[in-house]
Amino acid sequence: MRPEFILIVAVSLAASCAPAAAKPFVPDRDDLVLERLPEKGDPALAELKRMRAVLLTRPRDLKIAIPVARRAIDAALRLGDPRFLGEAQAALGPWWNDDDVPPAAMLLRASVKQSQHDFTGSIVDLDRVVARHPELAQARLARATVLTVLGRYGEALRDCEALVRHASSIVVVACQAAPASLSGNAKTAYDDLVRTLAHPGGDAGVREWALTIAGEIAARLGDFAAAERHFVDALALDPTDAYLKGAYSDFLLDRGRPREVLPLVAHDTRNDVLLLRLALAEQGLPDRQAAFAGHRAEIAARFDAARRRGDSVHRREQARFRLFIEHDAAGALALARENWAAQREPADLRVLLEAAHAAGNRDALRVAMRWVDDHGLERFVAAAGLDRRS
Amino acid sequence: MRRAVALLVAIVVASPAFAHKSSDAYLTIERDGTALHGRWDIALRDLDNALGLDVDGDGDITWGEVRTREADIAGYAMSRLGVSSGGARCAVKPTAQLVDTHTDGAYLVLKFDGGCPRPGPTLVIDYRLFEGLDPQHRGLLNYVENGHSDSIVFSADASHRVVGAGSGGPLRQAAAYLNEGIRHIWTGFDHILFLLSLLLPAVLVRNPPSWQSRPSFRASFVDVAKVVTAFTLAHSITLSLAALSIVVLPSRIVESGIALSVVLAALNNLFPVIRDGRWIAAFGFGLLHGFGFAGALHDLGLPAGALALSLASFNLGVEVGQLAIVVVFLPLAFALRSTWTYRRLVFTGGSAAIALLASVWFVERALDVGLFSALAAP
Repeated sequence: MRPEFILIVAVSLAASCAPAAAKPFVPDRDDLVLERLPEKGDPALAELKRMRAVLLTRPRDLKIAIPVARRAIDAALRLGDPRFLGEAQAALGPWWNDDDVPPAAMLLRASVKQSQHDFTGSIVDLDRVVARHPELAQARLARATVLTVLGRYGEALRDCEALVRHASSIVVVACQAAPASLSGNAKTAYDDLVRTLAHPGGDAGVREWALTIAGEIAARLGDFAAAERHFVDALALDPTDAYLKGAYSDFLLDRGRPREVLPLVAHDTRNDVLLLRLALAEQGLPDRQAAFAGHRAEIAARFDAARRRGDSVHRREQARFRLFIEHDAAGALALARENWAAQREPADLRVLLEAAHAAGNRDALRVAMRWVDDHGLERFVAAAGLDRRS
Repeated sequence: MRRAVALLVAIVVASPAFAHKSSDAYLTIERDGTALHGRWDIALRDLDNALGLDVDGDGDITWGEVRTREADIAGYAMSRLGVSSGGARCAVKPTAQLVDTHTDGAYLVLKFDGGCPRPGPTLVIDYRLFEGLDPQHRGLLNYVENGHSDSIVFSADASHRVVGAGSGGPLRQAAAYLNEGIRHIWTGFDHILFLLSLLLPAVLVRNPPSWQSRPSFRASFVDVAKVVTAFTLAHSITLSLAALSIVVLPSRIVESGIALSVVLAALNNLFPVIRDGRWIAAFGFGLLHGFGFAGALHDLGLPAGALALSLASFNLGVEVGQLAIVVVFLPLAFALRSTWTYRRLVFTGGSAAIALLASVWFVERALDVGLFSALAAP
């Protein structure tokens, strides 16, 4: 007989405000299920767990450590679950601090650091790999991605160009599209990408990634019909990609279509980033106010838990939460500025602009607008409706 | 009743929105004199990773699977939490295991009580839960004392922390460190024996091939004052340098060096090499003893917020303790200086015994062996 599954949900409003305030108890039945482990119904995670058990007996065996770390990083990105990043880091433990480690270990190390938003540390590791193995496409692509996040578009483009002889054309063009589109060449970059995507076939994962980039650029250019097409095509290839769901949700929220966000992220409430999108959608829907109140309290509790552990990974989301849900412009601006010091993606620029507007802070506004001018992002600002507010 | 409430909540809030988050454990430690009371909330998912709680491998952790591993869980967790007070380890034992929820799921609640051998100005905590399994794990400590609470975060890079410095206010803090300084010199036999070895000849005058009584108390007092001042100055310098991490020496070198200094000081009474310049020896070896005091202060824990005050108070305590010894020693030695008891038993016999005992310490400390541990200093 299967044990009856009883969730001990303490996500009442009171508990959310003070996460540790719920009363601990001693269960009175042995078959009471207390926790459902992530590997339940997920064969990839069950396999990861088995491999980790083997690795624990031979922790210095790189042949086991590499696939464990790779699978753990995949799981972290797929589920938005940072505990797997800790597992990946643990698997790479013997190779975590040395300067001279095998390139496969160094690449994964950089990937973990990137996911923990330690972009500087990630770049240092990738520089080392590229210096010793300039032909390694993965390292170039990874570095281009991190450099783009940091707003260092010229360097990112150089890495993408170096890929030409070592990767398929769709990888090269998609790699170039993001940094090129953010440094004054949005239209050309987008046209190149669409032309390359017109050829069918290739790796589905790569295609989905390239389509997501195309969707984001089209949205920034104000071509909303094309953007939606790209997002929908990408979702057809991988309906579980958390990054893609976040990007498409933001698109729908911007277009004033919050109800369509609900089915997209309804089952992703464990992921903070997507739960925020859900709450933002529910906020504008009169029939979803009860759910909104619950999710709002839940997000506040999670950000509080992150603050207690000294985590700043989701500063951008925290700024959005403060601004649009808590209506605390000053608090949001402080977070947005801190975030802007660490990362320079369009979404980071946007929340900085929005918070600066709301708080009426000319200094922050100047910083943001100078970036817009320097990088030819006027159409993005217009498409996001930010120009009308100044 | 409680379960009924939990069920009701589950029904009211339709979507179970447990978060995906990095691993944290929530630790509360409350100190009341030498008694400790604690509560440690550890995620079941993390415990499963470390101990394999899901015995039947069905992906669900039941209360039965947790309950039957109670001893393993307590053993695993408690062996990764070290608490000490006044440089001595506190005994901590689990009292109950319950279940609770946090934003990311179900947690085991481990309650424990502890007792410290003696109260100290601070509590030193070593936290190593899930070391090697999850470098991103954090231990979030809420430390409570005298109705005052402090939040501290433990991580792989910060696993050793000193808490409780601000609990009693600066005056109480200073008094506590002063007390620890006095206690350290009184129980640190190597320091006392070094000092005594240098002071024993102060009431005598070397007149080869024998010793004679010093005629005036004033001359003896001046000699003692020179030695004590030099020793104080020297160890204050190195204590501060080491406590502030400006100069750090390996403790094995420091400890064996201190033992050697005692041997040499005692031998100098039997076979005089240095006569009038004992204060120079006091200064030179005093530098080494300062590093020894710093080691004791480190075990005690130096609170980051009140570093200067605690360091100065501890140092003052050492001086007060040392002066108390001198105040008792000098009049007594001066009065007895012409007797056979002092000359033969105390001066010659005492110096020989000190040299012998300190030689044992030296061998033990230099070779890191415990053959004579029954005789050794605590």
